[in-house]
Amino acid sequence: MRIPILKLHQYLLISIQVELDDQTALQFQEDLLNKIHNEGSLGVVIDLTSVDMIDSFIAKVLGDVVDMSSLMGAKVVLTGIQPAVAITLIDMGIKLDDVQTALDLEQGLTKLQQELEG
Amino acid sequence: MKTQSCVEVKNEWGIVAARQAGRSLSKEIGFGSVDQARITTAISELSRNIYLYAKRGEICLEVVEKPSKIGVKKGLRIIAQDQGPGIPDIRQVMVDGFTTSGGMGAGLPGVKRLMDEFTIDSEAGEGTVIKATKWLR
Repeated sequence: MRIPILKLHQYLLISIQVELDDQTALQFQEDLLNKIHNEGSLGVVIDLTSVDMIDSFIAKVLGDVVDMSSLMGAKVVLTGIQPAVAITLIDMGIKLDDVQTALDLEQGLTKLQQELEG
Repeated sequence: MKTQSCVEVKNEWGIVAARQAGRSLSKEIGFGSVDQARITTAISELSRNIYLYAKRGEICLEVVEKPSKIGVKKGLRIIAQDQGPGIPDIRQVMVDGFTTSGGMGAGLPGVKRLMDEFTIDSEAGEGTVIKATKWLR
């Protein structure tokens, strides 16, 4: 299974709408980095509105892909984290340090714009 | 009256299947969305441990009941069992940040915090049984 990555000007947009198994998550990591490389993207928004569970493995994959993208020079914003997911992550003691977040896709894009221009 | 259903975990799809079974049962019992997420996440951690360390095992889910002030209280119990290598030092794996797999080390202590009751039974070379229960508020 592949998660579609959409290009919008200098940005990449991803909305995760599938039940994330480990393989899909790792494949996504690789696909996103390749896409950043090929398109020369400056920013990425990963929307998690439809994701109803993030366990420690998926959290690690997401945190890693943010770090990896940043190494390449692209900024990533995670958006739409559900209340139940936020509560569970904190219960678990998982901290996504240095990860930019926003309430929704729109605010995520605004945040990227501000960061890249300001 | 106990109903139990089990999902075999021997690959990554087993993790997803166990998770889905947990979500639908917790919804059926009447857990709210936050507890549904807690239960599903706990199942995901436990089934990944089975796949990672024991290669195969099973996740069983049962509806449990206990008497309470307002009558009978319902809950969901997760039983994760395998015949894998076992856990040599249980105290060590319950420390936040301890990992042998390069993960976050949030798994077992995290599961304990997500659920209301948590027990580990493990013997080196014999396998591991972890039981975790969440009660309906």
